Amino acid sequence: MLCIVGTVPCADFPLVEGTVSLRGEQLHIGTSLVDINRGTPALLGAALKAAEALGRPAPYAYLVGDTGTGAGSRRLYRHLTEALPAADFKTITFHYLQPIVYWHQKVLAAIGKMAFRPCLIADAGFMYVAKMSGEAGAYDLFTPDVGELAFLADEEAPHPFYTRGFMLHEDNRVPDLIARAYLHGNAARYLLVKGERDYLADAGGILASVDSPSEEVLEAIGGTGDTITGLVSVCIDAGMDIQAAAIAAMRVNRLAGRHCRPTPATQVADIIAHIPQAFREMQAG
Amino acid sequence: MALFGFKKNSNAEADNSSSENQVERGILVFENTSEVIQAENLLKKAGWSIRVMGPPPEIRQGCDLVIEFPLIEQLDIVRLLTEKGLPPLKTVPVTSPLLQPVDIFQVKDFGRYLMVRAANMKLTLDKETRTIVNISGGGCPDVPYLAASMVGKTLAEAPSPREVGHTLCGYALQLAYEETLRQCCA
Repeated sequence: MLCIVGTVPCADFPLVEGTVSLRGEQLHIGTSLVDINRGTPALLGAALKAAEALGRPAPYAYLVGDTGTGAGSRRLYRHLTEALPAADFKTITFHYLQPIVYWHQKVLAAIGKMAFRPCLIADAGFMYVAKMSGEAGAYDLFTPDVGELAFLADEEAPHPFYTRGFMLHEDNRVPDLIARAYLHGNAARYLLVKGERDYLADAGGILASVDSPSEEVLEAIGGTGDTITGLVSVCIDAGMDIQAAAIAAMRVNRLAGRHCRPTPATQVADIIAHIPQAFREMQAG
Repeated sequence: MALFGFKKNSNAEADNSSSENQVERGILVFENTSEVIQAENLLKKAGWSIRVMGPPPEIRQGCDLVIEFPLIEQLDIVRLLTEKGLPPLKTVPVTSPLLQPVDIFQVKDFGRYLMVRAANMKLTLDKETRTIVNISGGGCPDVPYLAASMVGKTLAEAPSPREVGHTLCGYALQLAYEETLRQCCA
């Protein structure tokens, strides 16, 4: 089963766990409903659509409210250290959590106590803290955008906010940044880099890239990176190898974007609604 | 860049990172980034020469900022912060170069829309209505909260990220927000 861990942008949202579902345009977990317009709920919304398309069970989620103070994230980290050793997830995707090195190490230790090691995917704040902790190599897949890739490539930056200017320069080619991230041990086993052209890479270099259909405005739409992480997570959990899963996710995300005829003002919920159509088109070849 | 610039000192002093000057400065360490942002607002309003920087590795915990200040002013600054209920956890002399926050912006013009990126954060504006239509990037939990608070509002209506943000991503969004204001007023 796929497990997704993250936060909801609402201070009083309780710490909840369970299987998620969609009720209309909202995400349902326990007795709570959440809009799927951004953050981890957007990732879950995309994952639910993908699971439906592939005939897979709905993901299991651990969620908590956090508006950036870190209080909710700390409660969730602590809960994970208690819950994960007895869990049997095949895949775990970590997403928006406050980057806290201490708690990241505790969670990794808890995963080490699981009977079977799951495939570990990290994006957003949890990817940041995995790199900050020097533990990037413990993960199977990171899903950075190009700016975050520059952060991974900068061996001195503890957060993207401190990425050195020369790393952010537009002349820096993605393959060079990928190589530098691996050189300094700051990349997962695979990197799925989201951008104008999407890349899958490992320590040996670029394995695949997808650049069509191309919708330049997707870069401006908040949540389009979250959706691709949700898609690849479901594909991996469905049994695809990481390379096939990444290529499928990159293509479906682009097709869903194309089908909603986006402008820079489009909201990600509109793209998520087109994921089933995108899967059908991809499966039809 | 106004957010991080020294207010009273000359630019030459602010930009000087030689070891000779480093020993004359210290850093204020706080419990969390929210307190750093509050303290920065307070000290800048009071006219102190401070700037927000990255902490040295030995005190780094995760999503961190510290305030660099003239060490000679320590007593007055700590007194003011304590009076306002924001006492720092500790003050430490600066003995090595601190991490500089990002200061490069990337601007993309989509015709009616303008997207400004600072570090890992992007803000997109409808130039005709001056409405914030999207916020993307980032990984700290206040990013979705900031998006919910700002998207759909005009620049005049929306809170600034520094008012409601708590993390380095929120801080990066503040830089994108300020650059957007600058681009729109240019």
